[in-house]
Amino acid sequence: MRRIISILMENEPGALSRVVALFSQRGYNIETLTVAPTEDPTLSRLTMTTTGDEYKIEQITKHLNKLIEVVKLVDLTEGAHIEREIMLMKIKATGAQRAEVKRTVDIFRGQIVDVTATVYTVQLTGTTDKLEAFINAIGETQVLEVVRSGVSGIARGEKVLSL
Amino acid sequence: MEMLSGADMVVRALQEEGVEYIFGYPGGSVLHIYDALFQQDKVSHILVRHEQAATHAADGYARATGKPGVVMVTSGPGATNAITGLATAFMDSIPMIVLSGQVRSDWIGDDAFQETDMIGVSRPVVKHSFMVRDPKDIPEIFKKAFYIATTGRPGPVLIDIPKDHTAPNKTFPYEYPKKVKLRSYAPVTRGHSGQIRKAVEELLKAKRPVIYAGGGVVQGEASEALTKLAHKLNFPVTNTLMGLGAYPGTDRQFLGMLGMHGTYEANMAMHSADVILAAGARLDDRVTNSTKKFCPGAKLIHIDIDPASISKNVAAHIPIVGPVRQVLDEMLAMLDEQDSEPDHKALERWWQEIDGWREFHGLRYETNENGPMKPQQVVQALYKATDGKAYVTSDVGQHQMFAAQFYKFDRPRQWINSGGLGTMGFGLPAAMGVQFAFPDAVVACVTGEGSIQMNIQELSTCLQYGLPVKIININNQALGMVRQWQDMQYGGRHSQSYMESLPDFVKLAEAYGHVGFKVEKFEDLEGAMNEAFSLKDRLVFMDIYVDPTEHVYPMHIADGAMRDMWLSKTERT
Repeated sequence: MRRIISILMENEPGALSRVVALFSQRGYNIETLTVAPTEDPTLSRLTMTTTGDEYKIEQITKHLNKLIEVVKLVDLTEGAHIEREIMLMKIKATGAQRAEVKRTVDIFRGQIVDVTATVYTVQLTGTTDKLEAFINAIGETQVLEVVRSGVSGIARGEKVLSL
Repeated sequence: MEMLSGADMVVRALQEEGVEYIFGYPGGSVLHIYDALFQQDKVSHILVRHEQAATHAADGYARATGKPGVVMVTSGPGATNAITGLATAFMDSIPMIVLSGQVRSDWIGDDAFQETDMIGVSRPVVKHSFMVRDPKDIPEIFKKAFYIATTGRPGPVLIDIPKDHTAPNKTFPYEYPKKVKLRSYAPVTRGHSGQIRKAVEELLKAKRPVIYAGGGVVQGEASEALTKLAHKLNFPVTNTLMGLGAYPGTDRQFLGMLGMHGTYEANMAMHSADVILAAGARLDDRVTNSTKKFCPGAKLIHIDIDPASISKNVAAHIPIVGPVRQVLDEMLAMLDEQDSEPDHKALERWWQEIDGWREFHGLRYETNENGPMKPQQVVQALYKATDGKAYVTSDVGQHQMFAAQFYKFDRPRQWINSGGLGTMGFGLPAAMGVQFAFPDAVVACVTGEGSIQMNIQELSTCLQYGLPVKIININNQALGMVRQWQDMQYGGRHSQSYMESLPDFVKLAEAYGHVGFKVEKFEDLEGAMNEAFSLKDRLVFMDIYVDPTEHVYPMHIADGAMRDMWLSKTERT
């Protein structure tokens, strides 16, 4: 099952490498990973998506919690949550395709953020599913380059992950 | 505020932490610190002959005392040589601090002479690590490092110090913190009382209980509580390899070690149990055999300070995260207050069954009438010669298992071996660490001709510091455990397990300035042992020739249940 684990950790050199190394040391997968400082510059927020059964996810969270620099963590998929990923994409846009790409971008509520005579650069935000649906809709042959941020997430309602 | 150089801060911090000994080896990047050490006399530096031995000596010191062992090595090869020792301590949860020198900070990343990314190389085998980025941080880093190494589930902590941060001509304000501030690290200090109560109820209902205690009981100073609880309930107790001594080896309720080379009675009792109280043990593969077939009828109560150890290999019915001593004490208090009794009738039947198993096997082995002596006889002679009171360190292999089976350890911290990592070469340096901690104690290193050669250079350190360690070299002229597996699983093809060209260990010991004995006949064994242990201020290397064909039994049949064992070369359960 796909899980989104959100980690609050010390914003210190070496902390990220410990988290990442843990996954390879213990044979867990990382599908996406994003990390940046929070409003408190001494803390970083790291979001990662991984897959595994109950047992594996429990082991992952226990081992992450054991890392000295990990302050708190939550499995967002345990409750209602919002997840977003941002994607930048270069798409071939020539001839009849040019209008078609524009229409598809509009349908997905994406934005064209750069234009040349042959290429549109598109920005799209949404869940992983939505981004994948967009790639499918455009068609692989049209796609020149894809950059995805990886998933960020936050719990719905009043629940917060903070000190 | 007092102004100190980085090097002086390091030494002062060690003093503040009450460090008596630091085991190490000098080199370019730690020379400033060595110079600072030279100018004080509170912390004694022990010069080993190889950095790996420094880590094992510090480890032996830590296991024998419960205090953290401290190591100092230089950058590059000095640091990488410490890796095996870090991993050994990490697997067995031993508190240790390793200070590694690093090239000057402005050279880091430039492939400078003797540069290694020690933080990176050591990452999987430390509990935590620090890189000193500013000399001002040294006091706080040391305070945190000692705190992290010794609390919760203990483990090794590395501090990597670039050379320029210890320069004698640059001074910084020094104040050693009284308290640790770590918002992200708070080890559990109490088990959940509701869970403990549930566990006590299960224990009182149990008809076929077993207490299975591991190294956590030793590390967590919980032996007394464990013994009280076992006596109060009249429950049988088995110890893991790491737990030996946590419960008295000569006590009637002790079943011996369990697991791959555990006793018949311990493994049978585990398999037949209805309630298992696992205390400070992690149900690792050398204990459980196949986890799918593990103790099918048992409810598992699992006490551990590390939540990640619980339900990792075998799901616990009643998990209790907490310090094992506090949890056992609380169990005892609940039993006292309830004034309830265990099921005496059922226990009587259970003990009858267990006594039957004991009679059936009881670690029997065949002796040779006129042929070579058996390794088991050597351990039994050692037990007799030392009155069962010696600190025994071991290396890894058959001799380690024979020592675990046949030396009855009555005290925690008396048995010192590399359980998790299985590090050959551990025994001699570990014995040095123990002897430093207890200069008047009898310390024996049970080893083999394979293992001892992995850190034999430490005979020189033993001479320098006058360490009267007794080396019991059980010499079967083969890598015995490898050979045993090759006999059992590879059609007797002894690929690379034969030790040809062995040195004359007696001459070797003498060359290092020690005493050497060679023993080839069983009738000479007792006399030689007694003579060796009467030489109280000398290291004696006893090179004892034993039957090379002997195997360790019982032995779990791979992928079977706890009860599936080879009992000798020809019998199985």
